[in-house]
Amino acid sequence: MKVHVRYFASLRESVGRAGEEIEFAGDRLSVAGLREHLAAHGVDVLGQTATLRAAVNQVMAGPETAVGDGDEVAFFPPVTGG
Amino acid sequence: MRVSVQSEDFDAGRECTRLLEGRRDIGAVASFIGVVRGDGGVETMTLEHYPGMTEKALEAIVDEACSRWPAVVGVRVIHRVGELRVGEQIVFVGVAGGHRGEAFAACEFIMDYLKTRAPFWKKEQTAAGSRWVEARDSDDAAAARW
Repeated sequence: MKVHVRYFASLRESVGRAGEEIEFAGDRLSVAGLREHLAAHGVDVLGQTATLRAAVNQVMAGPETAVGDGDEVAFFPPVTGG
Repeated sequence: MRVSVQSEDFDAGRECTRLLEGRRDIGAVASFIGVVRGDGGVETMTLEHYPGMTEKALEAIVDEACSRWPAVVGVRVIHRVGELRVGEQIVFVGVAGGHRGEAFAACEFIMDYLKTRAPFWKKEQTAAGSRWVEARDSDDAAAARW
């Protein structure tokens, strides 16, 4: 499966890029699983920052939210608009 | 059009007038304007967002407000992005309803939800450099009241 990963704000700066395409064996995992995979494959900051939020296909998601083939998954710090 | 994410400034008076156009059932318009504050040597602020998700998140917040306060008949949300100077307007929320109760409540609800659920991030620039604004627990507490 292929997942489009995006990073925003301070996380984008820490990672050093705005996103990437990730390919895995298997057809499903959770947001938490994807985060662990990325942390173990070079995106160290995802394993070090406790307060990150995530969205799947542009909707706020929790650690257990399922991620499937072709999904867009974003990681970012807590929002500060308004 | 209920929601706009834009770099351009807005005219709050004109937005309030637009909420009233062609209607006879509105007795109250409540509005809120957020402004760049110059605390701690802040000179400018840059607002980043998640294009696509931002608009969906704001629409969902407006839908939620309209379902909680059915007497609300018009809502307008404008959020600016990009670089803004101290004193510039950041966000406008206008809510029109039959009476002031639902207009005030829905306006405050939309702002509280926007601050915790819409994907915007602020970075402040001072003479000493720039820093990302940290989310505040008080904003989570404000959203949890509803």
